[in-house]
Amino acid sequence: MASPPLIELRGISKRFGGVRALDDVSMSLAPAEIHCLAGENGSGKSTLIKIISGVYQPDGGEILIDGEVVDKLDPAASIARGVQVIYQDLSLFPTLTVVENLFLNTYLRERRRGVDWGRGRKMAKEVLKRLDVSLDLDASVETLSAAGRQIVAIARAVLADARLIIMDEPTTALTGREVARMFRIVRDLQAQGIAILFVSHKMREMLEISERLTVFRNGRKVAEGPIAEFDERKITRAMTGRDLNTGRFVAPELSPGTTPRLELKRVGIGKDVRDISFEILPGEVVGLSGRIGAGRTTLAKAIFGLGQEVTGDILVDGKPYRPTSVTEAIEAGIAYVPEDRLSEGLFLSRSIQDNAISAALDGYAPHLWIDRKRARDETRAMFDDMQISAPGPDVPVSTLSGGNQQRVVIGRWLMTDARVLILNGPTVGVDVGSKEQIHSIIHGLTRDKGLAVIMISDDLPELAANCNRVLTMADGRLTGELTGDALTEDALETALSAETEGEPA
Amino acid sequence: MRLFHNADVLIALILVVAMVFIGLVNPAFWQMANLFSLLKANVVIGLMALGVLLVMISGGIDVSFPAFAVAGMYIVVRGMVELEYDGVVIPFLVATLIGALLGLVNAGIIHKFNMIPLIVTLGTASVVRGLVLGGIGTSNVNINQMPDALIAFGRTDVLTLERANGTTFGLTAMILVYIAAALVIHLLLTRTMIGRSVYAYGADAEAAKRVGFNTGRTMIFVYCTAGALAGFAGLLHSSMIWLANPRDFVGLELDVIAAVVLGGASIFGGRGSVLGTVMGVFILVMIQNSLILMGIDTTWQRVVVGGMLIVAVAITALRDRRALV
Repeated sequence: MASPPLIELRGISKRFGGVRALDDVSMSLAPAEIHCLAGENGSGKSTLIKIISGVYQPDGGEILIDGEVVDKLDPAASIARGVQVIYQDLSLFPTLTVVENLFLNTYLRERRRGVDWGRGRKMAKEVLKRLDVSLDLDASVETLSAAGRQIVAIARAVLADARLIIMDEPTTALTGREVARMFRIVRDLQAQGIAILFVSHKMREMLEISERLTVFRNGRKVAEGPIAEFDERKITRAMTGRDLNTGRFVAPELSPGTTPRLELKRVGIGKDVRDISFEILPGEVVGLSGRIGAGRTTLAKAIFGLGQEVTGDILVDGKPYRPTSVTEAIEAGIAYVPEDRLSEGLFLSRSIQDNAISAALDGYAPHLWIDRKRARDETRAMFDDMQISAPGPDVPVSTLSGGNQQRVVIGRWLMTDARVLILNGPTVGVDVGSKEQIHSIIHGLTRDKGLAVIMISDDLPELAANCNRVLTMADGRLTGELTGDALTEDALETALSAETEGEPA
Repeated sequence: MRLFHNADVLIALILVVAMVFIGLVNPAFWQMANLFSLLKANVVIGLMALGVLLVMISGGIDVSFPAFAVAGMYIVVRGMVELEYDGVVIPFLVATLIGALLGLVNAGIIHKFNMIPLIVTLGTASVVRGLVLGGIGTSNVNINQMPDALIAFGRTDVLTLERANGTTFGLTAMILVYIAAALVIHLLLTRTMIGRSVYAYGADAEAAKRVGFNTGRTMIFVYCTAGALAGFAGLLHSSMIWLANPRDFVGLELDVIAAVVLGGASIFGGRGSVLGTVMGVFILVMIQNSLILMGIDTTWQRVVVGGMLIVAVAITALRDRRALV
């Protein structure tokens, strides 16, 4: 390569107290390269980003930018050299307009006192044109979709004369089509000479977009190379240090005439969802797929008693069931794990035990006070069943990793004797290794307890590998069903993109 | 939808509808003398509301400004009486400065200890009121002791009209002071980076830090300006009513906060405008005024103001699509 690497790290180490977050890490990023950084939570990815962006100073090693050693890289110096980080939360200002979100950064950098709205608008127009996207400049950012916000964040980075944009889990909140559009933008940026460092959990995306891949495990670089040298299995092995089960889930054979766990007959919800009929047998894991806005979450919430007016019939174990409140849903044996477990599913500052008994509190407190012993014993059993890795059931949920938090949410429902478990995005923000364990726990439950599971996910490989059937939805209706050998990622992809034809990008 | 998003248009609409309605119920509303007295009643609340607007845009809430207004007013008036000083400019500067310094205390505590503004300002309000009563005095300064220059300043009119019976009435010149202050705050908020930093901080304080705003400076700007406006408004109030009462402005925080929320500012921060606040103040004062014209007992006004605050907060909360915590 003729030109020196944009950024080169040589033997970087960083410790926090006794923990070695990064251990003798070397890597380099070429100009206009799309590089992917993979690794489980706690593998050192975030620490590395913070070292490149100047937030942390390394304990040892050298950082070279454009071939020159940089002595002390602080955030301002890093930005001045063209490094921009887009954090997962995007750090935008929701109540301010798109224009303002775009120009504030630049004006700050130019140390301006006054605000020139005309110039700001011109800059915003230019940068959006450069990215070849159109956005309503006067819309406040909170009214944009997740994809729109992502574009604002990228445009803001470009306006700051970025030469390297680091994106932390950029696709988490995006649908397949939106991801495709973002990748198109990323490739445009590359053509304009901007390097991109992706931090991601998602194998398919890494394989699709990146040119080079670096994998971290326990603070060490364990693999690096051109993307052509990798496949999913190899990345997984590098990330987790072991092989993962990639088999398919097969539902148990049941005698004909078994009563379905859950049966929907011509169910409609408000104006959004119409004419939904399906049944789920004990032991089945049925996927529900469709783009955001197809009505998946509306349907799931309605079954759990969180919806508007429900029409049609719902039967649980053959008994008619009217979902009018969450209390009734829980009594009927229905459990729901929401999309956003942090805001909807958990009491973060409370202990695992408090969270665990919260869904069935009446059961643990028959006479006003809580039966401590029973609560403790059953939480302990759940803790072991779900293989939660934590010092014990008394630690606050906020200290757990994403995967372990999700286990608490799922495990809690098992303590309510749920018979129908609805999982909405069960492994969003969960590590690959942990993800697989969660899947195998779910499968174990369907086998042992005859649970029926509805799994809603945007992660098509997840659906293909873990469901015995997948129903597809669009515009509030069921549009198809994939089962058996027909259920593959590609088939799902095709089914979904057929539905979204004509959808404006 | 667009129109609904522009809160100022909606508030202007409410204002017009309310004026037409009140005018129909009570035609006396449209008499010039009534309108002038209405405008006069806007001045002090309005000046304070401009400060509260800043605090609310930044995502905070301020209940200390009535106490700061008392401090600015009472310390200065008592000082003038003691020193037998008779002037206008220096007293107003000192009152403003007292308010600003007290605001600095708010800003310092809130920023340094990352504390909830409501609790901090409740505390400073109580401390300041106590210090004024304990340290300066508890007796009113009445019209016979009030410095003449202040009284003369407070009764300046910008426009005088004559009634049919030959008596005259005027529009107070203080309205110009209010308009000037509103204009300055408007320009600061919309045309300067420090102004935009207030919106950014209120929208997402963490993000504001990350993009490089000096958020400590933003807090100082917000709370010092709010304090300064309160101190100034306090002295102006006493020069308009020819009385300095160290127990004045009790309960005024509710009226002013109600006016600001009515003017479209979000209690969650990041949203609000000077024009909206000015209209919100006008609506509040107008409704209080017409309750008096309709002969409704003043005690019931508290019910109306409280009810208006709750309704306005509920509406803005719905608009912001965020649950009230």
